[in-house]
Amino acid sequence: MDLLEYQGKQLFAKHGLVVSDGKAVTTVDDAVAAANEIGYPVVVKAQVLIGGRGKAGGVKLAANEQEAREHATNILGLDIKGHVTRTVWIEHASDIDTEYYASVLLDRSEKRPLVMFSVEGGIDIEEVAENTPEKLIKHHVDPLVGLTKEEAVRIATDGRADADVIDGVADALVALYEVWIEEDATLAEINPLIITPDREVKALDAKVSLDGNAAFRHPEHEGLGDQENADPIEVKAKEQDVVYVKLDGNIGILGNGAGLVMSTLDVVAQHGGEPANFLDAGGGSDAAKVKQAVELILSNESVDAVLFNIFGGITRCDEVANGLVAAFEDLKPEVPFVVRLDGTNDVQGREILEAAALPNVYAAKTMDGAAEQVVALAKEN
Amino acid sequence: MSILIDKDTRLAVAGITGREGSFHTLNNRAYGTNVVGGINPKKAGTDVEGIPVFADWATTVEETQANTAMIFVPPPFAAQSALEAAEAGVELVVIITEGIPAHDELKLYNRVQADFPNTRIIGPNCPGILSPDKANVGIIPASFFKEGNVGVVSRSGTLTYQIGNELAQKGFGNSSIVGIGGDPVPGSSFVDIISLFEQDDQTELIVMAGEIGGSAEEEAAHYIAEFVSKPVVAYIAGFTAPEGKQMGHAGAIVSGSAGTAKAKAEALEANGVRVGHTPTQTAEIAMELIGAPA
Repeated sequence: MDLLEYQGKQLFAKHGLVVSDGKAVTTVDDAVAAANEIGYPVVVKAQVLIGGRGKAGGVKLAANEQEAREHATNILGLDIKGHVTRTVWIEHASDIDTEYYASVLLDRSEKRPLVMFSVEGGIDIEEVAENTPEKLIKHHVDPLVGLTKEEAVRIATDGRADADVIDGVADALVALYEVWIEEDATLAEINPLIITPDREVKALDAKVSLDGNAAFRHPEHEGLGDQENADPIEVKAKEQDVVYVKLDGNIGILGNGAGLVMSTLDVVAQHGGEPANFLDAGGGSDAAKVKQAVELILSNESVDAVLFNIFGGITRCDEVANGLVAAFEDLKPEVPFVVRLDGTNDVQGREILEAAALPNVYAAKTMDGAAEQVVALAKEN
Repeated sequence: MSILIDKDTRLAVAGITGREGSFHTLNNRAYGTNVVGGINPKKAGTDVEGIPVFADWATTVEETQANTAMIFVPPPFAAQSALEAAEAGVELVVIITEGIPAHDELKLYNRVQADFPNTRIIGPNCPGILSPDKANVGIIPASFFKEGNVGVVSRSGTLTYQIGNELAQKGFGNSSIVGIGGDPVPGSSFVDIISLFEQDDQTELIVMAGEIGGSAEEEAAHYIAEFVSKPVVAYIAGFTAPEGKQMGHAGAIVSGSAGTAKAKAEALEANGVRVGHTPTQTAEIAMELIGAPA
């Protein structure tokens, strides 16, 4: 789960990183009140989960109340690459002497945490890695030990941080690693990590992703993320414990198992179709869950046809068939369904569908054949 | 021979008394796997259809000489159970549990590497291992597979069944089928399993099924070019996956330009590995590479 900047900063502050005092608000009046309280100059920052906020006009400096009102008015509601700004973060503007970069992430290929540091902050770090890789320090941490102060000092020194802030940068790196570990983050990034004229080391931005699998031990994380911009169908799917990802096409997809569903999307695309969603009904789905899943798929109005691609292992094809029959009784869908059932109890599943003689439901023998058929049907519809 | 599990496998199961745990353990036993024990601290001294239940891994190994562990316990406790199995000397630990925190997997992997280098972990979030006609450890529906010369390694369960089924329809059987799981820090990688298939007499062709996220497929591509003499055919799922959206598996996510299906397929092809565009085509390539099974 990706956090908004201000949420990330709150986690930073909890672990001792220096951030500017600020306030997250959702109305213009609250923004002005917050700015007056914090004291000018302030920065008004759009809280959306997308890069390029500054270029899109989502980050503005306000010297007085009039400017604060003007900027808050413009930024609240601003659409930044499809993300509508519902919240702005008002913080006291910082004086900047130098901009550094720092992050901690999971290096999947080394299977270790990776600390990265560069004195080239404030720009896209992928550019630094590409153009001046010698300026990006990469240090793998032993997760059984953690990041020690000595290691952090070496990272800052190797990265050629200014001599008088090496200690401060090292403390920031240790604190950032603590954020990563203690909060079960998969990414904790500060860009830029600034040095103020009075040589304070401060996080001017925050990019944090939390591991959803660790949510059970972090009840305090409940409600974080960009709830306002979440897709309503995805939110509902989560409540039902179904994995649903909305896509841009018109062919609804249901399958069991993430890999098979991904593969199904690809095969549909190869036949010229455009999937409307990814939906993994999961292993061992019963009829009730299948029915709910059909409801989710059909709640996307773009859907012109639906493909069921089931290879039963734990999942039993007769349960899937029963779920589909129940969904048809309740929802009376108007779009055609192509159903491919293989695996555990597939014969029974196909018999159930045949006996029910559902209107507009086509049985397919293979995954390829099913994809071809559903693409043709979606085009007719 | 097969890899990892066979007639000498002595399986013990953590979480044997749970609904899923007992169902699949008994399935594995019915297939012919030698299931010697199970663990549940609260139910030690009881049994599950004749399989004795012990309090912990140390006792289980002492009493049963278990050499393979299967972990079915819930996510908050799964990594700890796997570590205790390694501590007790179990050399193969198969973690079926889905939803383990990435940091737990990370610490488990590093701890086992450092202190128990003889223990191999498969998973988490995997369907397990099947060596047809010898043993089944996990949740792979064995009835679709027969013994043969194709080794299969995959990050996804149902995709494994799909590809295995396509191969079976062409008459191929399998030496072993290994699900390495869809999480960010798997205990064993494609490279680890492919190296075992390379050494395995029974395996004449290796099929690998990858998906978006991470760089395990790219690493496998380089390894194959350098160290693998047997033919390998690959399949990659997730060409249509958008950036930044997790596709079900915790590990299946395209971030920036990293982890795309296209990059993986290109890396494999550049290293001489043919890549099927669909599961069906993957089986067809297998047929071209080693011919129709006898």
